[in-house]
Amino acid sequence: MKRILSLLLSVLMVLALFTACTPASNNGESNEEPEAENEAEPGAEDADVIKIGVFEPLTGMNGGGGLQELGGIEYANKMYPEVLGKKIELVVVDNKSDKGEATTAVTRLIEKDKVVAIIGSYGSAVSIAAGDIIKNAEIPAMGASCTNPMVTQGNEFYFRACFLDPFQGKVMATYAIEQGAKTAAVIMQNGDDYSVGLANFFINAFKDLTGDENSIVDVSEFQLNESDFNAILTNIKAKNPDVIFAPSAATTAPLIIKQARDLGIDSLIMGGDTWENPAIIDVAGEDAEGIVLSTFFDENDPATEEAVKFVEGYKKELAGKEPIIPAVAALGYDAYILLRDAIERAGSTDGIAIRDALRETKDFEGVTGIINFTEEGDADKNLAVIKTVQDGQFVFIDSVEVK
Amino acid sequence: MMDKLRNKNNKLFLNILLIIIFASIIILLDTKKIGDAYIRRILNLSAIYAIVSVSMNLVNGFTGLFSLGQAGFMAIGAYTVAIFTVPLAARAKIFYITPQNPVLAQIELPFVIALILGGLLAALVALLIGLPVLRLKSDYLAIATLGFSEIIRIVFTNIKSITNGALGIKNIPTMPTMWVFFGIAIISIGFMWLLINSSYGRAFKAIREDEVAAEAMGINLFKHKVMSFSIGAFFAGIGGGLLATLFATVDPNQFYFPVTYNFLLIIVLGGMGSISGTIIASFVVTSGLEILRFFDEPLSMFGVNIPLFRPGLRMVIFSILLMVLVLFFRNGLLGQKELSWKLIFDLLSGNKSRKRTGEGGAAQ
Amino acid sequence: MTGEIFMQQLANGISLGSLYALLAIGYTMVYGILRLINFAHGDIFMMAAYFMVFSIITFNIPWFIAIIIIIIATVTLGVLVEKAAYRPLRNAPRMSIMISAIGASFLLENLATYLFTGVPRGFPDIKVLTSTVKLGSLSLTVATLITPFVTLVLLYLVLFITNKTKIGMAMRAVSKDFETAKLMGININQVISITFIIGSFLAAIGAVLWGSRYPSVMPLMGVMPGLKCFIAAVLGGIGNTTGAVLGGFILGMAEIMLITFLPAFTGYRDAMAFVILIVVLLVKPTGLLGEKVTDKV
Repeated sequence: MKRILSLLLSVLMVLALFTACTPASNNGESNEEPEAENEAEPGAEDADVIKIGVFEPLTGMNGGGGLQELGGIEYANKMYPEVLGKKIELVVVDNKSDKGEATTAVTRLIEKDKVVAIIGSYGSAVSIAAGDIIKNAEIPAMGASCTNPMVTQGNEFYFRACFLDPFQGKVMATYAIEQGAKTAAVIMQNGDDYSVGLANFFINAFKDLTGDENSIVDVSEFQLNESDFNAILTNIKAKNPDVIFAPSAATTAPLIIKQARDLGIDSLIMGGDTWENPAIIDVAGEDAEGIVLSTFFDENDPATEEAVKFVEGYKKELAGKEPIIPAVAALGYDAYILLRDAIERAGSTDGIAIRDALRETKDFEGVTGIINFTEEGDADKNLAVIKTVQDGQFVFIDSVEVK
Repeated sequence: MMDKLRNKNNKLFLNILLIIIFASIIILLDTKKIGDAYIRRILNLSAIYAIVSVSMNLVNGFTGLFSLGQAGFMAIGAYTVAIFTVPLAARAKIFYITPQNPVLAQIELPFVIALILGGLLAALVALLIGLPVLRLKSDYLAIATLGFSEIIRIVFTNIKSITNGALGIKNIPTMPTMWVFFGIAIISIGFMWLLINSSYGRAFKAIREDEVAAEAMGINLFKHKVMSFSIGAFFAGIGGGLLATLFATVDPNQFYFPVTYNFLLIIVLGGMGSISGTIIASFVVTSGLEILRFFDEPLSMFGVNIPLFRPGLRMVIFSILLMVLVLFFRNGLLGQKELSWKLIFDLLSGNKSRKRTGEGGAAQ
Repeated sequence: MTGEIFMQQLANGISLGSLYALLAIGYTMVYGILRLINFAHGDIFMMAAYFMVFSIITFNIPWFIAIIIIIIATVTLGVLVEKAAYRPLRNAPRMSIMISAIGASFLLENLATYLFTGVPRGFPDIKVLTSTVKLGSLSLTVATLITPFVTLVLLYLVLFITNKTKIGMAMRAVSKDFETAKLMGININQVISITFIIGSFLAAIGAVLWGSRYPSVMPLMGVMPGLKCFIAAVLGGIGNTTGAVLGGFILGMAEIMLITFLPAFTGYRDAMAFVILIVVLLVKPTGLLGEKVTDKV
């Protein structure tokens, strides 16, 4: 029995080696690929399918946000399934919130699946990591919610549908000061580009606007997977800031909020766009009341005609799975239709042509507003929505415009 | 006919044939005549994993020391390459929150030197760690090495002016050819193979089999353990450096200790006392993990969605495989034997003259 | 550093320490008997937390009943892991059984990620435990307040079982000398199962208390606590139950004190646990309360 088994294993091994070494025709592995429709043909211009790659974190630290963003993208694909007379097929790869996986995922999309464009990712760190591969392959990419400047900086193939962290940091600082805050404490996650970046932009803006170098009374960091913030918060409590700014992932936010309130801290607690996530209300419960966050989209205040359609349609699609439409889903939707529009205008699936068409996007009607692109490829938005949590719901407070 | 094939000259011929086939495949892949970047990447990754797995097998399988610290040594190698090979001009952009240490910011080294430096640093750290820790018994050794691996990672996450902390380093120059990975793999594994077959290697195996007896025979336990541990760390560092240049980006979370589990699976699958087994297993596992991606995607047969296939299934299957292996196939593919023509022919000719090897393989 | 801040941090430390202590007991008991580091223990703790989430939130079972249900479920899981992953390898080399432990832990984590996705779930809000109590200037939740007491009570219970009952005597015999105990007619399998039952029971209670304090339930939530609790057990003297509790308290306090007095080193709090481990292993490997074990040649 064991011998047969070892013989079988050796055969399997050799087979594995061969499937890995077979020439690029996807036939070698397409027996195992579920989306077998037109995989047999290499080359971006398939008979009747245009492929757009999507790389999002579906597991790992940012798994929740990635899934929400994917929802918006898939809904957009459902609403606008064709371009240039061909069907658009989404190829989705999970980057597991990990930079190494992100580079493999993107390589696979470009080389194996031969996508003409890429959407992604939630989580600036993984987007930045994949940036070089995208640039070298000359395939255009559209980020939906990654807000760190480094994603598009120096990369003419990377665009994004959302605003940037320097802008967001300023918005939050402005709001805090408008509420009368003179001092602030900042908590950031060591190692998350988004968290560290946004926190620092907030710090600079806050110091700037108050004119006081010492207005930031405490800056603390925590590590990945940390759950105990009591010690950090106790130190902060001692310094008694007016505001605590803690831009972190949705996994750690409710812990920070809850532990702060448990310790008796009643400063205003603020976060960034990652906080617009029902998971936070779910986990933090009553303690989430009164937190303030910035975000890209409000379903009760649709900015455009497209937005109205989107809100109506997607809400039905969600059918109660989420209490409100996640902002990142709206951005995912925009990312998709922006790309699709550019392909249409370019009239071809050539990477460079699409990129140029994207550059020329003018006053595009997205669901998160009217979109134009800056030199760097960022959505030229100067509007942010500020929300708070009231009675267990995300409620719109204000929209802030910063010049 | 089989008997004739076992003739020595024919074996030599077969070996040369094999080398030619292997080399041509690599050349074809490398010059992009066949395959695509995705396949090249998988193969390069397999080569790197082979180096690290063999280094782990050197320590765990051949010397019998239960070390779980490979991830940490890889990190050292990876970061050395990362810190010193990123072009000077690109550095300010990368270290955008905390500026890079001014001394380091001036130094740029060619890849090979940085790579070797990485290996040496890893070996040095292993030496320092090993001196106190190698005295411990097996389970304690495992936890202690795991602990050090994590300490290294946490330190790297915090010394921002040197490593850019958890933001990681990107823009690491990549290698244009596959021969870098395969060439270094061949050299490294070759070196370790020579080591195993030398008197040192025999001493390692003696220590694995029975420490007390080995000591009684005059083998300096401590010296040999430290040697094995440091050399293992050196090659893990080399592997790490190669990884940095393959991915063009490093960050401390790539070296979170579960990474060591990958290599554990590989050496268990290949056989904890077999170098060729480890090499084969490394390719199987690396390509297998990619092929298994299939499980992460929704599968519909005849238009009906099978809800079983979701992200995460791939790793579940991976873990189940590890469990099955360790429970039922403890000796892996080759146990302590090496792959040889004799073995292949025995297998093919229906095991007629195959020697029954005992279960006494896995030691300790 | 004002007195009240110090008091608050002290309370934080004791609370964290007692949570570590609960899990540490499980590790130390299993190691004492099987000489095995049960890597999967932290993940059993994680599964217990998920069971709570499902019982209360999905099935709407009132919390006091839910706790009983999850205790049963967790214990079953613990015994299952033992039967599937450890028993078959009882006569195998040490390395194999350790790899099996690692594999079991890994499997549980991946299973949880697959079944429940990585999105964190909210641990159910058990009003009794999460309401805040003010002691002077200290602000504590009920859960934080009662955890140390629960830990001490459970410690007493475990010690009672180990020292004053027949099965406890059997456990001690097995941990002293496996072979002889078997020859003397002790049902090894039963003893081992009881050990896992006790350990998993404590993990379940720990999960309830932990979840009330840190209400975010994720597949990887057991990894770091698991490692740290093992370190706590080593610190206290592996194999010694009281030592495990002592180790847990010390580790928890040390972590909090690090952040209190050296806030610049907050990032190193996890590393500190490992440093403590290494120091203990080098200076006094048998731990604070451990006994010297001679190695028969």
